[in-house]
Amino acid sequence: MSLSFNILPIVQKEFRQIRRDVRGLLLLLLMPAFLLIMVGYALNFDVKHISLGICNEDKSQASTRFIESFKHSEYFNISKYIDNRRDIDELLEEGKILAAIIIPNDFSDKIYSGREGVVQIIIDGANANTAATALGHIKSAVQNYSTKILTHELTKQGIIFTIPVNPQARLWYNPELKSSRFLIPGLFGMILMLVAVVSTSLSIVREKEQGTMEQIMVSPLKSHEIIIGKTIPYLLISLIATTFVLIMSAVMFDVKIEGSIFLFYLATILFLLGALGQGLLISTFAKTQSVAFIVSVLSSLLPTFLLSGFIFPVKNMPWLLQVITHIIPAKYYLVAVRSVMVKGVEITAFWEQLVFLLIFCSLILGISTARMHKDISR
Amino acid sequence: MRIIRELIIKEFLQIRRDKRMLPIIFTLPILQIIILGYAATLDIKNIGLLICDLDKSYMSREFVSQFVTSGHFTLWGDVENPKQIDTHLDRSEVTLAIIIPRDFSKNILLGRQADIALLADGADANTANISLSYAVQIISRYSKNILIKNSIGPSILTPTISAEPRVWFNPDLRSANFMVPGVIALVLLIITMTLTSVAIVREKEIGTLEQLLVTPIKPSQLIIGKITPYVVIGFIDTALVLSIAVTWFDIPIKGSVILLFGLSALFILTTLGLGILISTISRTQQQAMMTAQFFVFFPFIFLSGFTFPIDNMPWIIQQVTYLIPLRYFLEIIRGLVLKGAGLEILWIQSLALFLFGVVILSVSIFRFKKILK
Repeated sequence: MSLSFNILPIVQKEFRQIRRDVRGLLLLLLMPAFLLIMVGYALNFDVKHISLGICNEDKSQASTRFIESFKHSEYFNISKYIDNRRDIDELLEEGKILAAIIIPNDFSDKIYSGREGVVQIIIDGANANTAATALGHIKSAVQNYSTKILTHELTKQGIIFTIPVNPQARLWYNPELKSSRFLIPGLFGMILMLVAVVSTSLSIVREKEQGTMEQIMVSPLKSHEIIIGKTIPYLLISLIATTFVLIMSAVMFDVKIEGSIFLFYLATILFLLGALGQGLLISTFAKTQSVAFIVSVLSSLLPTFLLSGFIFPVKNMPWLLQVITHIIPAKYYLVAVRSVMVKGVEITAFWEQLVFLLIFCSLILGISTARMHKDISR
Repeated sequence: MRIIRELIIKEFLQIRRDKRMLPIIFTLPILQIIILGYAATLDIKNIGLLICDLDKSYMSREFVSQFVTSGHFTLWGDVENPKQIDTHLDRSEVTLAIIIPRDFSKNILLGRQADIALLADGADANTANISLSYAVQIISRYSKNILIKNSIGPSILTPTISAEPRVWFNPDLRSANFMVPGVIALVLLIITMTLTSVAIVREKEIGTLEQLLVTPIKPSQLIIGKITPYVVIGFIDTALVLSIAVTWFDIPIKGSVILLFGLSALFILTTLGLGILISTISRTQQQAMMTAQFFVFFPFIFLSGFTFPIDNMPWIIQQVTYLIPLRYFLEIIRGLVLKGAGLEILWIQSLALFLFGVVILSVSIFRFKKILK
């Protein structure tokens, strides 16, 4: 009873303070949705329209047909026909083409005599991911064409045969393989983290800087009451902001919650509590707002961006970094949110993530209460 | 000149007084480059593979071994029943599952077609796409070998085409080579822009800016005095990050280092301009930081091609990226470091960066002067 009696005034005071800064409040509420729209369209790893340069030294019917096969694909754009293979260097350096295919002058001879014709592919590897994907597309195209001429030749020779193994690929959860469906739920974690950690840590440090924190400290409030009172307003604001983000992602990007909305909000609340706790913890040892801000960015934004699996798969990281990712709450949140939003699976598939989030937020709120307590008794 | 020197000394003293500031200025860039260099990898290796072998023959086992020996896949485990596959995909334990049907070897030996089902976790579209393309290539190679060996014999003409790839500028296709030069740009942006804007707004908040105004210091002197320390810090950080990139990550700088510093100065024009601009529109440090985060860092990181290639973006967003100065600096720094490009190729980007810098800096100084009056 006395708990809620004491907390309410702090919550009210915090709300009043937030409301006084209308621009700040609007920023907190609407920015997340705005960020999603602005950035969501850019989040895309689909490699299409690879600009190709073709250097056809063979100039035969066989090589012309081979080149034709690249023309009718959404993956390739033949942007340049190159006469001399020495010119390829410059084109790649200037970024005019991503890859060049060289068809050497013995290409048709080899094919007509039933041997293997070798084409050279030169690719700009500067962006390793794009290069690997593009190389995959080019190799598949070459292989498809190779199978086509082989079957054609065998049929011509009157041989009856079937292709022995026929792979049939089926894609679970995301049949069109749109990378945005994977990346947008990841963006949620990053945006929420940003809003929650930065706003709470600054709100306390501001009071410290202005000296009003001492006034709260000398009041008969207990440290956990201060913590809860500071957390609740920002939790509510962040939840409203989350809802805006959710609506926007459904309207603009067609990324909706496939599974249970309840589970989505459950995961989000646990994650937000942890993030708010982190902000409070930072504020207990940062003396100035600029330090609070930089530490917030360092401890929340960077790990959430880099170590959560948002963009870069955790599985591919060096062993030591993989160990570190275990203490990044955003990692668990992203797995949970992707499970709910993209895969639409039941809680049995990701309950561990929720447990980790719960442990993290109780731990961090506990520590910040203890530190706040020390501050008060000092 | 003396006034400016005094102001610079004052600013340095202020930076030094905040004990936590100095380590942040120098450890933040190092931490960033190390984490980014290692974590920011999109290289797809060790794809988790789940096998459901219903055939259990010598042939099916040989088929599976093709995947393992390819180096792309790691065998995560196998299941007896296709129905068990869903759970593992749901839990994201594997990326690809292969079902080998009961009549696989029988069909192949009889010269009939055997179907292989590949189930991929499409939630991560990028990984799924690359995994599937590897798998299909392995299967077609296997299939072609069987065709040539079993069904037709060696005496018949079998024309094929193979591709011989060569990767330039980054032969091992390491993501770090692409990401680490980008970090230099990011560090410059964060250090010069944030610190300048916060340094000015702090004085506004505490009220010391007014004190400075009643002194005979001219606004231009004040601005120069405020930004010089952060330019110096920015350059030191650039050198620091660059040396880590070369010594620790083995990234060769193919172009001219002097040109790199020169063009960094062009970029700093923009970042300082943005810093001052933010300080003129923010009343509190909190607002300044939020504005920097939301309006600069976020769009800059995502719309500059730092991680997401601009070529893949929708047309309209591609047009927007021309307004992001970081885009030009990233093209410059990557072209220079990875490809060894010089001004003869990078002059367009340099010109764009210069124009942006001059415009943003003039606008911000104009606004700053107006506020001072």
